[in-house]
Amino acid sequence: MNTTVSWLGLAISLLLVAVAAGISWWQRLGLQRQILIAAARALVQLLLVGAALTLIISPGRSIWWSWLWVTAMLGYAATVARRRAPEVPHLLGLALASFTAAAVVTLGVLFGLHVFPLTGRTLVPIAGMMIGNSMTATVLAGRRLTDELRDKRDEVEARLALGQASRQAAAPYVRAALRAALTPQIETTKATGLVFLPGAMTGLILAGVAPLQAVLVQAVVMFLVLAATATTTVVIALGLIRRLFTPDHRLMYLPAPADR
Amino acid sequence: MTEPPAAFEFTKVSVLRAGRRVLDEVTASIPAAGITVVSGPSGAGKTTLLRLCNRLEVPDAGMVRYRGRPLDELDPLALRRRVGMVFQRPIPFPGTVADNLRVASPEAGPDELRVLLSRVALDPGLLDQEARTLSGGELQRVCLARTLVTRPETLLLDEPTSALDDQPKRVFETTARELAAQDITLVWITHDDAQALRVADRIYQLRDGHLTGAAAEEAPP
Repeated sequence: MNTTVSWLGLAISLLLVAVAAGISWWQRLGLQRQILIAAARALVQLLLVGAALTLIISPGRSIWWSWLWVTAMLGYAATVARRRAPEVPHLLGLALASFTAAAVVTLGVLFGLHVFPLTGRTLVPIAGMMIGNSMTATVLAGRRLTDELRDKRDEVEARLALGQASRQAAAPYVRAALRAALTPQIETTKATGLVFLPGAMTGLILAGVAPLQAVLVQAVVMFLVLAATATTTVVIALGLIRRLFTPDHRLMYLPAPADR
Repeated sequence: MTEPPAAFEFTKVSVLRAGRRVLDEVTASIPAAGITVVSGPSGAGKTTLLRLCNRLEVPDAGMVRYRGRPLDELDPLALRRRVGMVFQRPIPFPGTVADNLRVASPEAGPDELRVLLSRVALDPGLLDQEARTLSGGELQRVCLARTLVTRPETLLLDEPTSALDDQPKRVFETTARELAAQDITLVWITHDDAQALRVADRIYQLRDGHLTGAAAEEAPP
């Protein structure tokens, strides 16, 4: 039996938003307005996306509409990444390149090797999970690497002064940034099932899918996210190194946060 | 008697930073022999001048030559192995003293590393010690030894003793004089006049972006 939520049910669930706003009012947090706006905005966005997805993945519709949707998501995610980490130079282009690389790797494995059938119904959500997680990892890795190279400029230049090439001189800081960006995802993967039930699985079970099937889908999604974050962060880090050093192996000037 | 070839020649070298002229058409020549001290008040552009010599910076105008060759014609990585640099503060890398010495030459054997330590008046037994546990003076000499791994013919010293007490400062000076006696060209930046007098074969002054006292300024070519 499939579980469905009626419009009345949705309206009743707004009580939960009222609880959050009520706590804010009671404790004088001043967040009531923000809570209401956030909830309203999420609802409108989800309804719009739902309407668009209904059109895009409805049976008989060409798969190209789904690919177009994925491309738009890629572009939008890259602009969000740049906005969230303005201190990272050239992030827009790098993020686009890294999301594309992650898409080729993950979608290539999942659809190329027929883990999922390639339909709009599978492509759009899978790509969405991949891009969303890659975006967070991109911001983390880009920010960390830029900070490391700026704060440890002395060390980097001491390495350059010993005749190390920029790639080699930056290697310890690239490693630090990649570890910082990947560790949260590894921790999440480890805790899955024990500490929390991930969203995709919860959604599937609520929608009436058999738990075992939901678990299999969730496992695939977790591995997808792991590969996507690893791919995006390494592309971002190596791409940034090429842009933060000159071809003659000098570290470019990186403004301190206060100068921005 | 013919003049020995210059280590560095600056021809109308200017460096701009945020609209300010850090170096203003500097024309000078730094001889290859002995220790050349460049002194001057802080903010005069001494460090910038030194960083031009191993291409950690490039001039906005003018040309720098190393032993007759324009710097931009030389491979920067090879240049930096020929022209070593010791920075103002000791900059240890993670790991032991041996790890630090091997950064520029991973295949260097323990005997080679012990010889390097004795060249900078350090106990060869320090090789396995964690670098960050050493005193400032010892650490700065480890950094000097680290630079010597690539067998440089020239050393750039950027106020290397400014963070050291008097005793380790004197030890560093003696070590540097010994290196100069081994035919290594030293360009030493300091704002400590007494030190300049102790170590220098010649002293140039950098003031308001101009280098004075240099041979080329006295008798333009």
